[in-house]
Amino acid sequence: MNWNRMLSKQVTDLPRSGIREFFDLVTGSKDIISLGVGEPDFVTPWNIREAAITSLEKGHTTYTSNYGLESLRRAIAKYVEGFFNVSYDPLCEILPTVGVSEAIDLALRCLINPGDEVLYHEPCYVSYAPSVSLCYGIPKVVETTIDDLFALNPARLEEAITPKTKVLMLNFPTNPTGSIAPLETLKAIADICVKHDLFVLTDEIYSELRYDGVKHVSIASLPGMKERTLLLHGFSKAFAMTGFRLGYACGPHELIEQMMKIHSYTMICPTITSQEAGIEALKNGVPAMREMRDSYHMRRDYVVGRFNDMGLDCHMPGGAFYTFPSVQRFGISSKEFAMRLLTEYRVAAVPGTAFGACGEGYLRCCYATAYNLLEEACDKMARFCDSLR
Amino acid sequence: MTQDALLQLLEADARLSDQQIAERLGVSADSVAARRAALEREGRIVGYRTIVNDDEDGVSAFIEVRCTPERGGGFDKLARRISRFPEVRHCYLISGGFDLLVMVEARSLMDVARFVSEKLSGADGVISTATHFRLKTYKNNGLLFEEEKMHERLIVAP
Repeated sequence: MNWNRMLSKQVTDLPRSGIREFFDLVTGSKDIISLGVGEPDFVTPWNIREAAITSLEKGHTTYTSNYGLESLRRAIAKYVEGFFNVSYDPLCEILPTVGVSEAIDLALRCLINPGDEVLYHEPCYVSYAPSVSLCYGIPKVVETTIDDLFALNPARLEEAITPKTKVLMLNFPTNPTGSIAPLETLKAIADICVKHDLFVLTDEIYSELRYDGVKHVSIASLPGMKERTLLLHGFSKAFAMTGFRLGYACGPHELIEQMMKIHSYTMICPTITSQEAGIEALKNGVPAMREMRDSYHMRRDYVVGRFNDMGLDCHMPGGAFYTFPSVQRFGISSKEFAMRLLTEYRVAAVPGTAFGACGEGYLRCCYATAYNLLEEACDKMARFCDSLR
Repeated sequence: MTQDALLQLLEADARLSDQQIAERLGVSADSVAARRAALEREGRIVGYRTIVNDDEDGVSAFIEVRCTPERGGGFDKLARRISRFPEVRHCYLISGGFDLLVMVEARSLMDVARFVSEKLSGADGVISTATHFRLKTYKNNGLLFEEEKMHERLIVAP
């Protein structure tokens, strides 16, 4: 078979995820403490698991509407209004999807004509640029730096806008930096989007995981933004439901309707089991979610303190469950640091470069790991840092 | 540092040192020690014990006790008397069809029977007892026994 001819060039040209590369290295290794995960260390709260079991017991094993269960959409509308302070019509402005990842793919496919430019900020989650490329759009990166605590700098954003720019992708709190966008920054970004007529895809999957008593603000809630924003959220991080693969998009019905069209051809609907578990999460899962958040909060403070003590300069991330310490003072690359940490000290952390070129000099360390393991990992990392001096 | 945060950590793992707790709560070890001592003094922290899976050792029984309340003292005097027996691990005053729920641990079934007939039933004020033997423990002190092995996450994930 001539695979060069057979395979889509659009796909073969796509780079492999940097995380995947690192994943292949650690697969099969034993006795590793991992700070490399991107998911909670909690099992889904029992009441939510029980709802999923009950759904199966009752024989709910069918398709649902392509829009998902109406009861789920109503629960989402209520939750989103309470949490984000934006109201959406459950009948036409909300689409449950198989995770936020599907929603991003759907939205980009609905918005992009070949050659349209999409702005996104790096370091970022690994799927944004490839998802844009897959629908023949041009991903355009706006780099963020430690000077802005990895929040998107409005001036740099405006510099990157061209007549072809159509969409801006945001992700605050950010994977991998744990950064948040201060309200003033968010307002400036919103003004720029209105001025240049940009549409905003905002992935706010980590929005419940905000610390220091600060409440999350969505760009969708700012004046004039609801009509040009698709708010993407889901259950994975806040309710420890990554394996349920359930997310949702909230936005203008004109876009939701087109997204539903693709969704109906490619996915049909998220599993009904997950949808019914999702309803339970939204209705009764908030106390457990807050407990998990408080536990992450405590661990964040601990690892950031330890990292700074051992010479891994680290800002205090306002959200998510990631820290993004700098390895720059040790004079080796992120990748070498991560490789040696893994092979010599059996601690896995992801090189910052997996999340974009400007992640060079940093590591992503996830602190959603048992406290005693974090202590052990920090002890090992401190020994490694000492050995590099 | 809130008292609740300290108690929450200790209830989950009483072996944590003051230093470890201090690191987790972002306070000094001295302030943890002081707060812990105060809680002990006030009787809020009653003790630190190990939770042992003792399903295979000896027998346990839950005994429902109906009794006559004493004028003035209610059930307290009798409950305290019963609680003093070393066999009694737990003793609660309960609402509903009976008054005291007494959990007893002993080496053998006969030991429990002897305790009930010789000590408990004969105590002043006890009207009747009903003894239920434990067959198996599923959860104790908030801990699941026979917890299934944790499903492992991928080592690296996006």
